Amino acid sequence: MITTRVIAVRIVIPPTNRTNKVKSSITRRKLISLTGKALAGFVSLATARKAKGAVRKFMVKTPAPKGYDPTKHKWLMAFDIEQCIGCGMCVQACELENKVPPGPTYFRTWIERYVIKRRKPGSSRARGETQVDSPSGGINGFPPTSVPREEILKSFYVPKLCNLCVDSPCVQACPVGATFDAPDGVVLVDPNYCIGCGFCIQACPYGCRFMHPETGTAEKCTLCYHRITRSLLPACVEVCPTEARIFGDLKNPVDDDPLMQFIEKNKVQTLKPHLGTSPRVLYAGMDKEVR
Amino acid sequence: MMSAYEIPATDVLPQVEGYIYPNELNLLWGDLIVLYPYITGLVAGAFILASLVRVFKVKALEPTYRLALLTSLAFLLAAPLPLLFHLGHPERSLQVMITPHLSSPMAIFGFVYAWYLMAVLLLELWFDYRKDFVLWSRYTTGPKRWLYLIFTLGVTDISEESLKYDARLCNIVTIIGIPSAFLLHGYVGFIFGSVKANPWWGNVLMPIIFIFSAIVSGIALCLFLFMIISQARRLKMDMDCLDVTAKFLFYTLIIAAAIESLDWIHRLYEAEESIHIIKTLATGKLFVSIVVIQAFLGSAVPLVLLGLIQIFKKDIAARAREWIYFLSSVLILIGVLAMRWNVVIGGQLFSKSLRGFTTYKMELAMASHEGFTMSFALVLLILPFVILWVFLKLFMPVEEPGPKGEPLTRAETSA
Repeated sequence: MITTRVIAVRIVIPPTNRTNKVKSSITRRKLISLTGKALAGFVSLATARKAKGAVRKFMVKTPAPKGYDPTKHKWLMAFDIEQCIGCGMCVQACELENKVPPGPTYFRTWIERYVIKRRKPGSSRARGETQVDSPSGGINGFPPTSVPREEILKSFYVPKLCNLCVDSPCVQACPVGATFDAPDGVVLVDPNYCIGCGFCIQACPYGCRFMHPETGTAEKCTLCYHRITRSLLPACVEVCPTEARIFGDLKNPVDDDPLMQFIEKNKVQTLKPHLGTSPRVLYAGMDKEVR
Repeated sequence: MMSAYEIPATDVLPQVEGYIYPNELNLLWGDLIVLYPYITGLVAGAFILASLVRVFKVKALEPTYRLALLTSLAFLLAAPLPLLFHLGHPERSLQVMITPHLSSPMAIFGFVYAWYLMAVLLLELWFDYRKDFVLWSRYTTGPKRWLYLIFTLGVTDISEESLKYDARLCNIVTIIGIPSAFLLHGYVGFIFGSVKANPWWGNVLMPIIFIFSAIVSGIALCLFLFMIISQARRLKMDMDCLDVTAKFLFYTLIIAAAIESLDWIHRLYEAEESIHIIKTLATGKLFVSIVVIQAFLGSAVPLVLLGLIQIFKKDIAARAREWIYFLSSVLILIGVLAMRWNVVIGGQLFSKSLRGFTTYKMELAMASHEGFTMSFALVLLILPFVILWVFLKLFMPVEEPGPKGEPLTRAETSA
């Protein structure tokens, strides 16, 4: 049997030299006035928030038509990788629709081609190395790959655009709040307020933003905001011949909503989930090599 | 269907190795952004040197005190310029102050800068110089007299008591100034360290690395300037002061080098997803600027040189020590500039897809936009030295004006 002996230790607290007691400084009247002030502060805070919302409504210009209520929608894009044939129509449509500056370096959306080689005979690896390319963002489609046909294990195309992050690092990084999460899920840039520091471009892990060479402001995919707010599809979705791009409004699903069906049917993934940006854009049929 | 724009169908871009996201082809932040942390670092470092005199009472460093403060101010005045000129819309820069988006580290810039300039540097300089302003305004004539009179801000009482009060306030300002200097540069480090999208930048050690490299570069700059000015003014080299400055330089260099080594050891040991591309970068495109200039010439060589002096000080002639200090300070200044380059440019050379690299081309010719910013960066690097030269003429004259044209001794003027 285990016995426990409790040793009592007398702790002697040395007397302090403090002679005058601390007077209670809170009287009832003060308490009431404090509560009143706190309440007033709280109320004015809410008012301030509302005011900020109102200012944003009037000051921030979006390409949406009058009467469009962003709180009543939640737009989302999803990709069926198996369906993409890399034709580049979406990239072309985007360039034309949004007047994306020409050149091999400015894209709101682009397509990547992944070629995964067969493993070398005797190799202990499951697959060979991966080769990725995106000539001019895939705007003209893809030339035949340099990898010989017999070496290819599999090949697929991955369309990319703004990942519509819930915790957007670009919005977090903008020093003036020129880029913001619209309530309808689209991340927008106010070109009249952007100072062109480029911090959002550095902060985007997906390379989805660029500095417009003429306007000197940050640019990105807006999901064709001027179109979707008028009940049209984004240009890239409109032209996609294989329905690899699926677009919809989570708050207003239509009958046989393609987006809803896509989400029901597929196991989906997002890009770089480990970065904690909570991207909303979904991919079905994605390989681990895709970054 | 052909594109509206003429883009060759099979373009393999010569500046790209492997795969990069198409938007990453051109570097967004160029040499102006390299300059910004460099200049801010020199500001913070020089201030720390000055605080060694004021707060930590290192007597031997007294001759560098005012030089360090004036250097700090000259560089601080130039610090926002590279930032301003790299903006797509410089005319909108004030929005950062008026409507700061508080979740952005960059939005804090205006406040940190204003605080450091107004609440720290100018205040400390004013308290330190007030007596001199009063005396100089008495013994000079013409526009200079008016200038000094304005600088007194109308407070012309230089009684013993009032000067004591000045000194006490000055001490308080310096004590506030030390964490402020850390804040000023730590925050610059945080701008890079907070970018989780970029594994080369997004690193918790980044602000600390920046702070210590800043202190090292600031002390090196003051050592360098002190020697140059002593030479130019044909003053006897104050070896005691040089030795002590170099000693502090050596110690801070040890800390800076240790933390940066820790960063590398940590990266290599943890070997996360990005380690392959970072290793390839450091041993390939950045080999000269990171291994040769930053690590070897900028850190290892000065560490050995300054370390040897700490051990064999008595056996090395003063003249030789002078040369070693001069060489070390120049090497450190170049090394820290290379470090800023490696962070800013290096961090943009590899793709966030971790699959390839792009190239940064520097052009000196004014013809291209890049060439323009490059030449401009050089101007902005020289500018703080010009400002400092004016400050030295005004606030550290060779012969301080005294009664009846007799120069005052330093003991008489110092507060």
